[in-house]
Amino acid sequence: MSEPVREVPFRGGGFAPRRIRRLAPPFFLLLLLLWEGAVRAGTVSALLLPPPSAILEALYELAASGDLWRHLEASLQRLVLGWALGTAAGLLLGLAIGISSLGRTLGIPLVAALFPIPKIAMLPLFILWFGIGEPSKVATIALGSFFPTVINAYAGIDAVPRSLVRMGQSFGLSHRAVILKILLPGALPGILAGARISSSIALVLLLAAEMIGAQYGIGALVLQAGNLMRTDRLMAGVVVLSLLGLAVSALIGLAERRLLAWR
Amino acid sequence: MRLLFEGVGHAFDGLEVLEGIDLAVAAGETLAILGPSGCGKSTLLAIAGGLLRPARGRVRLAGTPPEGCLNPLTYVFQDFALLPWRTVAGNVALALEAALDRRQRRERVAEVLRLTGLSDFAGAYPRQLSGGMRQRVGIARALAVRPAVLLMDEPLSALDAQTRELLLEEFLALWRRARTTTLYVTHNLDEALRIADRICVLSRRPGRIRGILEVPLPVAERTAPGHAAVIGELRAELWRMIADEVRAADRELAGAAAAHE
Repeated sequence: MSEPVREVPFRGGGFAPRRIRRLAPPFFLLLLLLWEGAVRAGTVSALLLPPPSAILEALYELAASGDLWRHLEASLQRLVLGWALGTAAGLLLGLAIGISSLGRTLGIPLVAALFPIPKIAMLPLFILWFGIGEPSKVATIALGSFFPTVINAYAGIDAVPRSLVRMGQSFGLSHRAVILKILLPGALPGILAGARISSSIALVLLLAAEMIGAQYGIGALVLQAGNLMRTDRLMAGVVVLSLLGLAVSALIGLAERRLLAWR
Repeated sequence: MRLLFEGVGHAFDGLEVLEGIDLAVAAGETLAILGPSGCGKSTLLAIAGGLLRPARGRVRLAGTPPEGCLNPLTYVFQDFALLPWRTVAGNVALALEAALDRRQRRERVAEVLRLTGLSDFAGAYPRQLSGGMRQRVGIARALAVRPAVLLMDEPLSALDAQTRELLLEEFLALWRRARTTTLYVTHNLDEALRIADRICVLSRRPGRIRGILEVPLPVAERTAPGHAAVIGELRAELWRMIADEVRAADRELAGAAAAHE
């Protein structure tokens, strides 16, 4: 009698999801067509959910009349200014917490206590302080960008191996040189991760602030369109916001690729 | 230059790790510090280079530094301690940036990269390099400051056995030429026997000098078959000195003490 012999069965190589090339764009297009078709067939009311074609048209009108650029300019100004101020201040406090005992002792409880406050709750107070104009909106955005920057900056510094700091000191680098050449470059991945978070928070706060009291801005555009039942314009504003978010994310991605090429 | 330890002792949170270390490293000498884990050898090296303030005693540096010396007491680290965002050349240049202008810096970097066989890797990042290449960068960086005393903290321990052999060969040749005073911490008996003029054996907890062994053969002749018996003898003697300590270290539970390695 011969002994049984059989082939070793293949039992799997681990789940490995990967992207299938050129499938996503047609899928997207199909969704848009279904949407358009549903509205045209009357399944969905064009007032409650305007079809893609109407949104495009509204977008074109807004751009042609110049309204879009006025709104966009106002929003971008607030966003850039608020985010830059909040990030700069956040980096300073994050650095202080990262390198000094006093900064750590006083800074961490402060951040822990104030971070959970939804920053939009401060807008009414900022309006009392700074008036209804630009400064109160910029301050709200700055405050929202500030905390994630602080936390990621000091976490980034903490993540720099202490052996590298000791190495710097052992080669006689000055305090300043250790900070500039070892701690800050080492913390950069964390700082950029923080920029991702703070920029998305800034975008949310921008919208909220513009909906509370602004003549111009994408948030104001969306709100006014809603009040007038112009859902096509409203959705056009939403599309612009989505593109704005994508652009910000792409900019940070670019910064990461340029500055963190060593990884 | 000479490095003099005078009554050096140290404790972490009341745990004595070093006691009564009196030791003179002669100019141009390579002195190995050998001991099991927990003997305080890394602590001793940290004290030697001014990275740790000793609880007792002091360390003094005697003599005049070599010409162009930018950092008399210079370390080579076990974990290489390279900046991952700097290229090989950038890492080597780090300690030169405060003192030298761009041109001088470039010359010195090129010189030490050539000495360590790294010229072709000047633009590479540490993550692209093998462990052996990374430690070559660590050594090039140390040579670039023209040190008076090299403080080597288990520089080959993170490498595999074959790479270790390769680097030992290369750097013995380099050292023989430069004759830089070297304090070489290791737990590897064979490494100590290959490179050291003298081997200082430490006991553990607290680390005390158990004995100092002279290696009576020139470095170049130690692997010669004719001297195998002499080296074997010395190895056996070293092992006798530390076997009990190694056994004790091996049987110790991880805990409070381990945190201070």
